[in-house]
Amino acid sequence: MDLLDYAFMQRALLAAVLVGITAPAVGIYLVQRRQALMGDGIGHVAMTGVGLGFLLSWSPVWMATLVSVLGAVLMELIRWYGKTRGDIALAMLFYGGMAGGVMFINLAPGGSNANLTSYLFGSLSTVSASDVTAICVLAAFVVLVTLGLRRQLFAVSQDEEFARVTGLPVRALNLLTAVTAAVTVTVAMRVVGLLLVSALMVVPVAAAQQLSRSFAATFAIAVAIGVTVTIGGTVTSYYQDVPPGATIVLLTIAAFILLTALATPLARRRARAVAARQPAGDPAECAIPATRAPEGTAGV
Amino acid sequence: MTEPVISLRSVRADLGSRPVLRGIDLTVERGEVVALLGANGSGKSTAIRTIIGQVPTAAGEIELFGTPRGRFRDWARIGYVPQRTTAAGGVPATVTEIVSSGRLSRARFGMLRRADHEAVRRALEMVGMADRAKDSVDALSGGQHQRVLIARALAAEPELLIMDEPMAGVDLASQEVLARALEEQVARGVTVLLVLHELGPLEPLIDRAVVLRDGCVLHDGPPPRAVGQHALPGHDHVHPHSPEHEPMRTGLLS
Repeated sequence: MDLLDYAFMQRALLAAVLVGITAPAVGIYLVQRRQALMGDGIGHVAMTGVGLGFLLSWSPVWMATLVSVLGAVLMELIRWYGKTRGDIALAMLFYGGMAGGVMFINLAPGGSNANLTSYLFGSLSTVSASDVTAICVLAAFVVLVTLGLRRQLFAVSQDEEFARVTGLPVRALNLLTAVTAAVTVTVAMRVVGLLLVSALMVVPVAAAQQLSRSFAATFAIAVAIGVTVTIGGTVTSYYQDVPPGATIVLLTIAAFILLTALATPLARRRARAVAARQPAGDPAECAIPATRAPEGTAGV
Repeated sequence: MTEPVISLRSVRADLGSRPVLRGIDLTVERGEVVALLGANGSGKSTAIRTIIGQVPTAAGEIELFGTPRGRFRDWARIGYVPQRTTAAGGVPATVTEIVSSGRLSRARFGMLRRADHEAVRRALEMVGMADRAKDSVDALSGGQHQRVLIARALAAEPELLIMDEPMAGVDLASQEVLARALEEQVARGVTVLLVLHELGPLEPLIDRAVVLRDGCVLHDGPPPRAVGQHALPGHDHVHPHSPEHEPMRTGLLS
């Protein structure tokens, strides 16, 4: 493949694969706890980090990591202590983050919104060698957490109250989830962009659900979809000269539609199989249960 | 005489600014089966959630197995069945995956070993769900889902079961299975504290009933007899047990 002859394409493909693995791996826990849009919120907050990176001439990737981790921790704290208007506090955090990004980048010497665009929508061809190093380190952290602690994170995301009674450190695990999601956002920032990150966290999981019955299978299928669409999108953008982030996200949605169409007959067949396994005596909806004693002979 | 399994002394708790528990005293001895009864809003669920630490206490003391709750770490001794709200999380999960979470109190950060898988299988057999082990919980009925949640609590092989309305919205077949599973646990000496809306099929198992009203203990003693509409001959209480094997349980196991 001639596209692998170019160093920038090698870097782009490596970054794309890492994003394809990490975004659904974290996203599945966010979807499970019904916080599917948290990635989007973190993406907004990360913009302040990018802006600060330009202003202070530090690496925007590391600065965005720092700021989005702080933002994610803050969101988690608002969830704990926030009384009734937690959603308002979160909204302020999101839009404050976005406004901060625009402000800082315009204050930076020679900075303009044009610099921000590559972070908002991704710009694979400008991924530098040091970006790739950062992405590799961060992706390793994400994989370690999401796979190594899968039983614990599953329990906390499924039923927080029950998880607490098993003695799990629920708050620490919630914070870890938030931090891991923030790290993933910055991993994906260069590939799909901050505004499209959330799609890659949520849509592969939603697509995988069309086929799977178990959490483990959903995890595996979501990651497989993630890797497929990020590689597919990157290669397509190389040959067709289209923006990689948008291509990847549209491919993910196409995968969702395709799998949904395929899964509908599958689900029907599975429902029939379950019905066949049920004992024949299963009462029909409107039948009077046989165990109920007739009127008048009721015992104590 | 060993220390009580659960002990609440003058416990107060607020939800927001509203006092929900106004000084509750409650003791559950080893091997006892205690039902918490009361109308909606009487503080039953809050009492349970205070005991497990989900709701902070405003005053009073709670001890679990003789240890103040703040210092209690031996969570494997407790099996908890929360009140069922939403049927499942946002991602599909199999019955086995849900029930395996119950082993976290014993295998917190390690891998699941053979003993853990065995315990999960036994818990599923106890509630009659072994044949559904690989099915998604989304495909289950309300009663079957409740059986899964009880299996999850049983998977830890606890000494104390705390259950919040385990029979709410549960079909008759599942109620009978659950009553049998609970009977089996009680026969092994497991202590049970459960919130109930009415005694129903569990009535023969209950040693003592604690009735709450407006956050205060109104009655603490033998289970109340059915009165009013419930005692009318036309009101049909269905019990899964025949009278001859209603267990005689008068603290023999303590």
